[in-house]
Amino acid sequence: MGGTGSFFYAGAVTSDPSSARLHVVTGKGGTGKTTVAAALALALAADGRSVLLVETEGRQGIAQLFDTPPLPYEERRVAVARGGGEVKALAIDVEEALLDYLDMFYNLRRAGRALRKMGAIDFATAIAPGLRDVLITGKIKEAVTRRHDGRQVYDAVVVDAPPTGRITRFLGVTGEMSQLARSGPIKTQSDGVMAVLRSPQTAVHLVTILEDMPVQETADAIAELTAAGLPIGSVVVNMAAEPVLPDEDLARAAAGELTGADLTPALAGAQLPGGAELADALAAEVVEHARRWAAQDALRAEVDALGRPTVELPLLPGPVDLGCLFELAGRLEEHLDAAEVAA
Amino acid sequence: MDLGALIADPATRIVVCCGAGGVGKTTSSAALALAAAEAGRTVVVLTIDPARRLAQSLGLVELDNEPRRVDVPGAPGELHAMMLDMKRTFDDIVSAHSTPERAQAILENPFYQALSSSFSGTQEYMAMEKLGQLRASDNWDLIIVDTPPSRSALDFLDAPNRMSRFLDGTMIRLLMAPSRAGFKFASAGFLLFSRIVSKILGGQLLRDISAFVAALDTMFGGFRERATATYELLRRPGTWFVVVAAPEPDALREASYFVDRLSAEGMPLAGLVVNRTHPPATTALSATRAEGAAEGVADGGGPSAALAAAALRVHAGRMQLAAREQHLADRFTSAHPDVAVRTVPAAAGDVHDLDGLRVMAEALTGPDADTPTGTPRTRVLPARRG
Repeated sequence: MGGTGSFFYAGAVTSDPSSARLHVVTGKGGTGKTTVAAALALALAADGRSVLLVETEGRQGIAQLFDTPPLPYEERRVAVARGGGEVKALAIDVEEALLDYLDMFYNLRRAGRALRKMGAIDFATAIAPGLRDVLITGKIKEAVTRRHDGRQVYDAVVVDAPPTGRITRFLGVTGEMSQLARSGPIKTQSDGVMAVLRSPQTAVHLVTILEDMPVQETADAIAELTAAGLPIGSVVVNMAAEPVLPDEDLARAAAGELTGADLTPALAGAQLPGGAELADALAAEVVEHARRWAAQDALRAEVDALGRPTVELPLLPGPVDLGCLFELAGRLEEHLDAAEVAA
Repeated sequence: MDLGALIADPATRIVVCCGAGGVGKTTSSAALALAAAEAGRTVVVLTIDPARRLAQSLGLVELDNEPRRVDVPGAPGELHAMMLDMKRTFDDIVSAHSTPERAQAILENPFYQALSSSFSGTQEYMAMEKLGQLRASDNWDLIIVDTPPSRSALDFLDAPNRMSRFLDGTMIRLLMAPSRAGFKFASAGFLLFSRIVSKILGGQLLRDISAFVAALDTMFGGFRERATATYELLRRPGTWFVVVAAPEPDALREASYFVDRLSAEGMPLAGLVVNRTHPPATTALSATRAEGAAEGVADGGGPSAALAAAALRVHAGRMQLAAREQHLADRFTSAHPDVAVRTVPAAAGDVHDLDGLRVMAEALTGPDADTPTGTPRTRVLPARRG
């Protein structure tokens, strides 16, 4: 527990996503990181494997996705995957985690309950902002390393982590806590957690969509994670639109050189209402579609330039349900297999 | 909702744009500010975390935590923009309210450094603080505030109070007690607490906090009063809230919470902006008919058949998307029938210059009915006839 994991600190650490056991999924708000984390858990659970999906921000997003009642602070099965695999989910409650911790290290559970009544636990997590993160990452590390009958209990742990803006601080607990708590058991604990987080069994995946801000934040996060010696996994481009137009027409439409007149001859036979007006409106929608596609494509090049294994997930129509999750999981599984072959 | 009239009205002094993260609050704030300047107001927009290219186009290259004038050719008013630097705002409060020696002691305290740069809620608190400063300076007749990208829109209202409660609270007073009166007056509960905190976090942290609170205490009359004063500012006449959401379930749920909260607090709501909608260019052709026609056209062959079929599929997808967005907006409206709604179509790319902001401003402030497709700006799709 004493080492700081500095052995892994030298230069950029990257991680082979197929061999990692701890998958940390982050992304800017609105990019769908919870959905991606859930789909990744399903992908990893295929072929009879056991996966734990961890929620860290207390929003019960996982329960909503799997259409189950709000998750308590215990590991519950939320889905079954191919070949007898299973996904369990855990929503970490910081207060409960702290009580666990007090109990485990100091036999202080009862005192802890009294403290909670006084509002002291709220206070303790407030005066040391990093304490929350230490408790959460500590619980994650425990799940990753937990063994039963000489076997690892979970083949993989997937974390629906805080957003990109906070991810390095969340995972870099040692830095934050060593500034505040320069000694004591929390310090020792956070050092132990860092050793796991910085090891090649961890992969931090970044979810983005093809818009300016999320791509920019992804690039920033990769730089920050690299500087902190944390291993980066894949970039997941979520909700990518697929072009409906033939290639040769895309560029022309994006340039605005497509009008209703281009469509009228072929539309004439279809006996549609609206005539030229309809053709113009359809052309306007095509131009917008092509422009959106072109804007996304420019960002796709920026994502490629990040130099990480990348997987695109399609924008699915309708609300996300279990069927959607399995569809996305299928794409992620292909990606992991491809990464394995490449490695 | 007539945002155009609202921002042009001299009685409107503060507009707060709030909503969940990632819904376009910053661009909405900037677009409203631009429209206000073009309506003759002297306006400042306080942004929290603008995209780099938008920041550049607003001239926000120097991060000096002060407003900068943005050149808007031909505008009768003035547009100023600034980006919040939360640590610097906090440092400035400390410096402004104490002697240089005492300020330095606080600024160097490790607990203060953690608090001012990473305490959850500091950003919200400092945004309120900066708003109070801008309002007090009276250099602007309209202030538009973007709110921090927190998970919950409610954080903007709650965080300052939470933070001031924390800094003024019993626990922190107890922590200071030893340095004032000696341990014999401290309660048994506190001793237990202190022992546990020392055990978990180490004694150094307690000493840092104690020193920080002692220094802070002599500095000014409590954080709570300060936060309360700024909070009251939001309740004064002349302040309006604009809730921004994307046409997605999560964002609209957040918007619902926020609308309820505003009404409970007696804070005036201008309305809901549903940002980044996808209204079709025509609604004369349903998704089903367009899909069917696409097949027919493709089967028919001939020049440009593939293109026309693709165009019909694009339209079908667009109609489905718009129907979903309208459905979500309707759900919000059935729960909040009195809240005015304005939809803002998504731009094809990101909004990062004045021209892009102007297009958005038009969508935000233009008259309800005046649209090329005939669908009013309150909706994504026209209301069903009959």
